[in-house]
Amino acid sequence: MGIFRWLTPLCLNALCLKALYLKPLGLVLLLVLSLPAHSQTEADPGQALLTNLADASSREIDAAIEAIVDSGDPRARDWLDAFGNNRLSRIKDTGQVVEVLRNVGRNWTIADPLTGENLGEMSRRELDRVNINNAIRGKLEGVLAMLDLYSDDPEVQEKAAEAMMGKVNASVVKPLTKLLERDLPGPVRNRIEESVAIYQLEQGDAEAQAQAITVLTGSLHSNARAALNNAAVGDDPALAARAQEALVSIEQKLKMNRAAETLYFGLSLGSVLVLAAIGLAITFGVMGVINMAHGELIMLGAYTTWGMQQLLPGQPGLALILSIPAGFLVAALAGIAIERSVIQHLKGRPLETLLATFGVSLILQQLVRTVISPLNRSVTTPEWMSGSLVINGALSLTLNRMYVIGFALVVFAGLMLIMRKTRLGLEVRAVTQNRAMARSMGIRATRVDILTFGLGSGVAGLAGVALSQITNVGPNLGQNYIIDSFMVVVFGGVGNLWGTLLAGLSLGTINQILEPWAGSVLAKIMVLVLIILFIQKRPKGLFPQKGRAAEG
Amino acid sequence: MSMFEQLTNRERVFEFLAPEASPVDVRHGPILYLEDVNVSFDGFKAINNLNLTIDDGELRCIIGPNGAGKTTMMDIITGKTRPDTGSVWFGSRHNLLTKSEPDIASLGIGRKFQKPTVFEALTVFENLELAMATDKRILPTLTAIMKPEFRDRIDEVLEMIGLKQLRDKPAGILSHGQKQWLEIGMLLMQKPRLLLVDEPVAGMTEQEMERTAELLTSLAGKQSVVVVEHDMGFVRSIARQVTVLHQGSVLAEGTMDQVSNDPEVIKVYLGEEA
Amino acid sequence: MPTSQTWLLRPLQERSTQIFLGVLFAAVALVTLLHLIMPEGHALHVSAYTVTLLGKYLCYALLAVAVDLVWGYLGILSLGHGAFFAIGGYAMGMYLMRQIGDRGVYGDPVLPDFMVFLNWDSLPWYWQGFDMAWFAFIMVLLAPGLLALVFGFLAFRSRVTGVYLSIITQALTFALMLAFFRNEMGFGGNNGLTDFRDILGFNLRTDSTRLGLFIATGIALAIGYVICRGIVTSKLGRVSVACRDAEARTRFLGYRVERVQLFVFVVSAMLAGVAGALYVPQVGIINPSEFSPLFSIEVVVWVALGGRATLYGAVIGAILVNYAKTVFTGVMPDAWLFALGGLFVLVTVFLPKGIAGLLQKRQKPDEDSNADPSKPKPQEATA
Repeated sequence: MGIFRWLTPLCLNALCLKALYLKPLGLVLLLVLSLPAHSQTEADPGQALLTNLADASSREIDAAIEAIVDSGDPRARDWLDAFGNNRLSRIKDTGQVVEVLRNVGRNWTIADPLTGENLGEMSRRELDRVNINNAIRGKLEGVLAMLDLYSDDPEVQEKAAEAMMGKVNASVVKPLTKLLERDLPGPVRNRIEESVAIYQLEQGDAEAQAQAITVLTGSLHSNARAALNNAAVGDDPALAARAQEALVSIEQKLKMNRAAETLYFGLSLGSVLVLAAIGLAITFGVMGVINMAHGELIMLGAYTTWGMQQLLPGQPGLALILSIPAGFLVAALAGIAIERSVIQHLKGRPLETLLATFGVSLILQQLVRTVISPLNRSVTTPEWMSGSLVINGALSLTLNRMYVIGFALVVFAGLMLIMRKTRLGLEVRAVTQNRAMARSMGIRATRVDILTFGLGSGVAGLAGVALSQITNVGPNLGQNYIIDSFMVVVFGGVGNLWGTLLAGLSLGTINQILEPWAGSVLAKIMVLVLIILFIQKRPKGLFPQKGRAAEG
Repeated sequence: MSMFEQLTNRERVFEFLAPEASPVDVRHGPILYLEDVNVSFDGFKAINNLNLTIDDGELRCIIGPNGAGKTTMMDIITGKTRPDTGSVWFGSRHNLLTKSEPDIASLGIGRKFQKPTVFEALTVFENLELAMATDKRILPTLTAIMKPEFRDRIDEVLEMIGLKQLRDKPAGILSHGQKQWLEIGMLLMQKPRLLLVDEPVAGMTEQEMERTAELLTSLAGKQSVVVVEHDMGFVRSIARQVTVLHQGSVLAEGTMDQVSNDPEVIKVYLGEEA
Repeated sequence: MPTSQTWLLRPLQERSTQIFLGVLFAAVALVTLLHLIMPEGHALHVSAYTVTLLGKYLCYALLAVAVDLVWGYLGILSLGHGAFFAIGGYAMGMYLMRQIGDRGVYGDPVLPDFMVFLNWDSLPWYWQGFDMAWFAFIMVLLAPGLLALVFGFLAFRSRVTGVYLSIITQALTFALMLAFFRNEMGFGGNNGLTDFRDILGFNLRTDSTRLGLFIATGIALAIGYVICRGIVTSKLGRVSVACRDAEARTRFLGYRVERVQLFVFVVSAMLAGVAGALYVPQVGIINPSEFSPLFSIEVVVWVALGGRATLYGAVIGAILVNYAKTVFTGVMPDAWLFALGGLFVLVTVFLPKGIAGLLQKRQKPDEDSNADPSKPKPQEATA
């Protein structure tokens, strides 16, 4: 908190306004007081300010607060905060003003408000609380908010501006208006403008009201809408009509935002589906293998994340990042084990493969239930993934979902690269199209099978890692996604990764669009019915393989 | 025919019970007529402005290098693939582009696939039984009984294709050549007006090939036969009229001698073989 | 070769059907006698509980036969037959619910308890008529049949077969499960239909009614078996096998493959519905868990264990697996899913022809050459 900022002849609040304009001496005092603050030899001016505050009678208290604010002391906010919270006391013997850190029990912990030094415990009886009444506390809140508005930290500023909404009264309008002359970050300026406008709409003259409506027209804040609603039913018909107009335009904007939100949720659900389905698209589409245990491979990935966090307690972020390769490996190895032990014996019998891998899925589920627990495990979300990105008053995007969307796209791009640009991808495509021919050209089909299956399963593991961040990790995790994943693959067209991407995203979005008016269960049913009907029109999905390759 | 007889003959009383006749009208020319047919798969033109006519009772061989569109052409005629543009007529009455595969089959077009496809789990006899030209709707099939004349007809065909000894063996145990014959036998049971035969001698021995040639030539006249074949020797042995396909359209047409002396044909096809 | 000309009577002249029916009737008669004649407490006495348990197995056996009809002979692996079973069960459950009358907890003469609880003031339209037994019994056949007809029509018309169809049938039963869990559907939601009192005037809680239901299930299984056997030994059965093994070829012979599939599928769904209808009064409850995909796929493994495309194998498989389940869940419940999962893997990998295959091997392979669907199909091999 820069000291010089406080030197600017700007009012901070109703109180300091008085100080600056009605008592020009205050400025002089301020200069005199603040300059010595740099020298260590002088006594701390804070001492005098605090003593002044503690001594003040109820009539003088305004001035005392004013003095503290005007001092521009970086500690001013803490002092006033402590004062507002009843945490300022005087030691009866010495008269020293202290801050009470803990006021439970007989002995209170106190600290020096000037240095922040802990002074240890002291009996409650030896302390005398600096009194404050509610009227002053109310004012103090405004003062503190004003202090925050001047903060260097835009986040603090924003929070303070947000707190101002709907709380503006006559006393703060002027300082706020003054504040607007300064260079402010966009959101802070908007908030302040709006809060002033709300006040003007309620209290101002006709001109101010008209101006206020113009300001509020673009606002999505609920307080702004409330104020406009009030105005719309007010006595002045012209004003009411204008307010109504503004409300309509806000409603429009809200609708857009809601649509954007639905789209976001749809995309995030869709990217989860893409992640879950894309591994399947490889094993099912490219190899023609139905792996009903795919869901359980996802589950293994999720449990890997959980296990990693158990191994690295207190470092959820690091554990999560390490889980990405670990989840891939665990699921890939499990997948390869399934391929070697079961699937390779069932080549060319897709229905039997389906049944056998279903058996494997039952075993894996039960294994997790027995070895770990039948109950859900909780996976911690690291700090940098929690919270949300606020776009405006009506739209905020949760960060974890955003990470999942990004992760899904990265995984998809990676797979695309592998399939298009690497030797493995080439061999996989060759084996897919003509196994016998690929073999005779020296491609080891068995090796390709193992690698492909490992790749598809590994991607399932990655899906599990991502899912652990947005859903419960439990033995049934995989089951919940397997049918959806198959739907995505079928919808997108077998053997087509782009189709899977598009199908996943669109199914997710459709689901989210239907959900608000149909409920989640009905939405799910409707999507299933939709797919069944879609297959009527396009039995081979969105992007069918054509020509000879499709005939097999 | 007495009144009583007329009434008890269900097929006459109820018109819908009468087996669908094959009213192929060939008075006005060819039995099969393809005009300006185009098909493309993902931008690749498999059939390109194809025009082809087959006369009633004709035996026609169609040759062409790989990818010339021979199998696709068969797919179009039998309703498996729908062309992008063009028209396909069976006789002068039936527009094949509006009909489904079973419809086309019951109109009297039989097809033998490139890969021999017989019902391996069924016996040779049962394979022929299913192919027989009878009412193929659900309930008649469920209540169908094996009449003596059906049995005779099947035995007759068994004789013709030389599989009499294997009558009650599952078709799965047949050799490749035997499966080809069984499939031709199934075509014969259908009593089609037009037979489409895709590579009938692939994988056959010399003797088997000879017998197949005999079989096919004996059919011509009664039925129209279209043979797609790679084996030039075989084509030479049966063909009267040959059509050369290249890149989805007709390159040349004529007798074997005419075609094999056509410089264009030599360039794209025969030249590579010879 | 059987000489009878009527498709339904033809199986009765077959040796295998005669043996099956003989064994079935002997078993039902034996259980009945042991239940009635032996005094309670005697070592050979069959308790009413066991009779009902066996009745349940027979219901499952009928369901398995229905699945084998479509899977074994038509090559359609339905992972949603539990849905038809459950719908048949619900139709029966609705009848039984209406039979409770005013004896329910709330004493409403018309509305079932759960509707009173949900504050419904009148019966939904689809509950009308279920107070009449004949109507309910027709619905037992009609409701699953209609669902199969619509679903099958859509699926087969667009030539959805193979694994696609399996996945879609699974989605179907999954969607129905979600739907039936909803209270708004009017089928009792989560709890389903239960607390039944009597059927056709007989008290469901008496031993004699239980025995009667057991015998009725035995008869239903016998009839269902004969119908299926009649279909598979007819020319239509051979066409089915043809559709299973070479669909395109069958089409080019002039058969409407999708209609064959639809016909057999609908018949199979109706049989499954009957099985469900007989199941409900014996276990005393029907709830949405019968729709769970796990149940449907479990049925398939019964068939696989018994041996595909044999029909009697399905019966053996259903009874064996369910007996094992009863034993396992009594002794060590946690191990059951391991055992079931292992069964899926072992049967498909090591015993593709099931128990029936083992029996046939011992007897030397005979005429029933239709029963060899376990070989890889040429078309699917490269798909």
